[in-house]
Amino acid sequence: MESIIERINQGKFWHFHGGIHPPEQKATTSDKPIKQLSLPKQLVLPLQQHIGRQGDLLVEVGDKVLKGQALTQSSNPMAVPVHAPTSGTISAIKKSVIAHPSGLSELCLFIDVDGEDTWKKREICQDFSQLSRQEIITKISNAGIAGMGGAGFPTHIKVNTKPDINFLIINAAECEPYITSDDLLMREQSEAIVDGIKILDQLLNPAFILIGIENNKPQAIKALQQATKHIEKIKVCVLPTKYPTGGEKQLIKILTGKEVDSGSLPINSGIVVQNVATCFAISDAVINDIPLIRRVVTLTGKALSKPQNFWVLLGTQVSYLLEQAGFVNEDNNNQNTQASLQTSPPVIMGGPLMGFSILNEQVPIVKTSNCILAPSKTEMPSAFDNSSNEVECIRCGQCADVCPSQLLPQEMQWSAKAKDHQQLTKLNLFDCIDCGACAYVCPSQIPLVQYYRVAKAEIRQQQQLDIKSEKAKARFEARKLRLEQEKIARQAKHEKAAAARKATMNKKSADGGTASSAVAAALARVKAKKAADQNKAETAEPTNQVQDNNVQSEKSQVKAAIARAKAKRLANEQATKPAIDNNVQDSVVDDKKARVAAAIAKAKAKKAAEKEPSSNPDVSSAEAQNTSTGADDKKARIAAAVAKAKAKKATKKESSSSPEVSSVEEQNISTDDAQNTATDADDKKVRIAAAVAKAKLKALDRAKQASTTNSEE
Amino acid sequence: MAFWIASSPHNHNKAETSALMRLVIYALIPGIFAQWYFFGWGNIIHISLAVFTALFCEFIVLSIRNKNNISKQLFDGSAVLTAVLLGICLPAIAPWWISIIGAMFAIVIVKQLYGGLGHNPFNPAMAAYVMLLISFPLQMTSWQPPLTLMTVDLDFANTLNVIFSGFTKEGYSVEQLRTSVDGFTMATPLDTLKTDLGIGFTVFESIEKNVFGEHFALGWEWINFAFLLGGLVLIAKKAIAWQTPVSFLSSLFICSFIAYTITPDSSASTMFHWMTGGCMLGAFFILTDPVTGATSNKGRFIIGALAGLLVYLIRTFGGYPDGIAFSILLCNMAAPLIDQYTRPRTYGHHTNTKQEEAK
Repeated sequence: MESIIERINQGKFWHFHGGIHPPEQKATTSDKPIKQLSLPKQLVLPLQQHIGRQGDLLVEVGDKVLKGQALTQSSNPMAVPVHAPTSGTISAIKKSVIAHPSGLSELCLFIDVDGEDTWKKREICQDFSQLSRQEIITKISNAGIAGMGGAGFPTHIKVNTKPDINFLIINAAECEPYITSDDLLMREQSEAIVDGIKILDQLLNPAFILIGIENNKPQAIKALQQATKHIEKIKVCVLPTKYPTGGEKQLIKILTGKEVDSGSLPINSGIVVQNVATCFAISDAVINDIPLIRRVVTLTGKALSKPQNFWVLLGTQVSYLLEQAGFVNEDNNNQNTQASLQTSPPVIMGGPLMGFSILNEQVPIVKTSNCILAPSKTEMPSAFDNSSNEVECIRCGQCADVCPSQLLPQEMQWSAKAKDHQQLTKLNLFDCIDCGACAYVCPSQIPLVQYYRVAKAEIRQQQQLDIKSEKAKARFEARKLRLEQEKIARQAKHEKAAAARKATMNKKSADGGTASSAVAAALARVKAKKAADQNKAETAEPTNQVQDNNVQSEKSQVKAAIARAKAKRLANEQATKPAIDNNVQDSVVDDKKARVAAAIAKAKAKKAAEKEPSSNPDVSSAEAQNTSTGADDKKARIAAAVAKAKAKKATKKESSSSPEVSSVEEQNISTDDAQNTATDADDKKVRIAAAVAKAKLKALDRAKQASTTNSEE
Repeated sequence: MAFWIASSPHNHNKAETSALMRLVIYALIPGIFAQWYFFGWGNIIHISLAVFTALFCEFIVLSIRNKNNISKQLFDGSAVLTAVLLGICLPAIAPWWISIIGAMFAIVIVKQLYGGLGHNPFNPAMAAYVMLLISFPLQMTSWQPPLTLMTVDLDFANTLNVIFSGFTKEGYSVEQLRTSVDGFTMATPLDTLKTDLGIGFTVFESIEKNVFGEHFALGWEWINFAFLLGGLVLIAKKAIAWQTPVSFLSSLFICSFIAYTITPDSSASTMFHWMTGGCMLGAFFILTDPVTGATSNKGRFIIGALAGLLVYLIRTFGGYPDGIAFSILLCNMAAPLIDQYTRPRTYGHHTNTKQEEAK
């Protein structure tokens, strides 16, 4: 760092790549002092004049406001308040065209000026060195100061930072042609600017303070040198005139030889850059308690008969300023009205290289407006030209030679035309600072900056869409996972229920099958059948008959079971002949839960039998025996339950190992779910009974199938 | 009152592509004048033929492509420049259809079929020249000796006759025109040297012949000098990048210097290489064509050095006496690749690209 200071002391600086030397045109306004304007009749204050968020309104329509009164406030650190530039009445709060390249409309406060210019109560601070760091930052924040060089970054954030700052750079380069507002401000208010720099020094405590100023402003240089001669820390660095020296990154490179990493902020390299007008605003705010309500604006261009710098209240409309500066509309004088409507002259806010043409003269001056340029047709023909003079790029490479970011404008132009966003990102499009040097020198007159702006906007939009779709994808994945988990949970619940059933069965068998339990079971079965009958309005006739019989003859449980089994088998045969899926589905929709459960149990049992016909032959045969010797209903039921449980277990085992089964299994699970939820309300025993019957019948089937498969084998 | 909305920047240095092209054409005038002085009207006739053909072809193709603003594109100077360069390269007494076919090929195929101005991968004039050289080797090598060595007085009318009929008014054929007093067919200095070295002469013996004149090559040295002058004007006006010609000439100088120090008997001097053939024309007017060249400064150095090396190799070991056109076409092919690997480091990015990729 010492070497940097040594170099600066020797008057040596670094260079940034490229740059251009457009005609300066500063003499138009640099020879006249800053003029005070009489109060306009109306002020239009956009709520947002900076990068960040707008504050919340503190006033309503009809409120009387005093000069300097805060009109918005916010607890958000990125919000900067706006203040009433003079006293008057709020006449409206509505959307109006603001100073934006696209002619955007934003919420604005309309103030009818009362002409009294009455101040709010102010507290003049005699000695700012007594103020604490936090007090100063609060003052800056409350004064609504945002970077006045162009970007409008909230100043209180920029100055409220970690202590190890190497360089505080004051940007006084003002490299764009025509603009002289900073030049005049430095000449007339150098003491106040230096006060502002001292305040910043107190806040940031940098190792060195460098004022970067182009050598085309000799009077301002002299004034600054005069004002800073007793301060060792401040170096006034006189730089060769080259556009865009005033670019933040370029100025840092010239003064320190360092480069700000792409996508990073200067603060990360221990550098803070402040515009010279911002320094003035800071001193005004901290010392005189004057919030940011006015600024110097250069009114220039050959279309003005009285070009000059003015002290302009924020919110003053451009029409008023043009009137004050003697705006001559050539077209209105020379041509008929129709033609003038079509080709009204351009009015540019900002300089000729980075400024934007404003939509209409109602646009108000905001914190970042440093210049209003009204060129004549001979002066700036391309600003008047409706049609583009663009011809094909001949890859002459002049754009690359002048690019201060060392990009390859001609390649970016091709990629931008081809909408090759990937390639554009690879070519570092986002390091483009929109300085316009490439388009200025392009012999093919390609509006390069316009192509880049469009491409940047498209890429940003695409990124937002990507983020959106990424979120949607995450949401979808989460849903899928949740459904999966719910399915597993249901399965677990189901298994648990099955285990509970099994336990109840075992308990019953342990009890030795008391008459009461058997009766209870029988009653339950009857109930279940009744319930099933009520539900099954359209079930097959034989089933109904059998069930009717069942209800009538309580004693013949075995008979009933056999009859039921027969009915089930009938249904089962029907189900197995056509597609099983359809049948299962149908039964879910039309038939009753009991039958669904039966079908499932059948299917499972069948599957189990199919899978291990050889391993469980004894079981199946035992079951067959059990069912055939179904005289002892109690025994038979227990055995059936055991068999069913076994079959289920077998199925379960297989479902994890055999993928073929999974599809059927899944259907089982889904129907099981239906069954589960339904039977939660229903009597559990109904299900048990039904299952038992099913199992019996299944066992029979299985025994048959086992024998057939064996014989086939 | 609504204002006209335009995108920034609002002013421009008022440079135009057509103005750039015109400047290059003006810079060619000294060289064309020198050609006229030493070789007569032939090249000027060929330039005129080529310019008319080129403009006509350009007009036809632009009409077919439904381009609007044809007159602007037609007179942007690029077609004229291509035609002028082609006309300069042709042998002065080549038949008329050579320049017409060449100009047609340059404009229609090499330029417009690839998408027109700015989109052609090859320099149209050089591609056309090479096409002609390969397709019509006899006509394309019928170089006449400088006027001072000729037995026939080749005035404007005679030249016109030769170009359009193949014979002078007196009835001399092209072959007879090329014959010297002692009955030998005269060739260009480069060709002569190559042939002589091939049949066992040393350089010193060869350059005793009258086509070499007092210095390096009679007439050719002054033509090259005139093109060098025009090129320096272009560099001074910043119309072309200085890197390409400087790198090309240094490369050719170094190659020939090394060869000359090793085998002086069979190697021509450095200045002979610089001052014969199309060396200066290629260095300042063709290799610097921005459309087909490299765009970064580093790339321009590489292209120049590569072209210099190729010219030397073709002149010394190749089948053709001069290698400017071939080497330039080869460099045109290499340009996109060179561009790819010579991208400048963007502000705020680190030089080590691997590091960035790792990020």
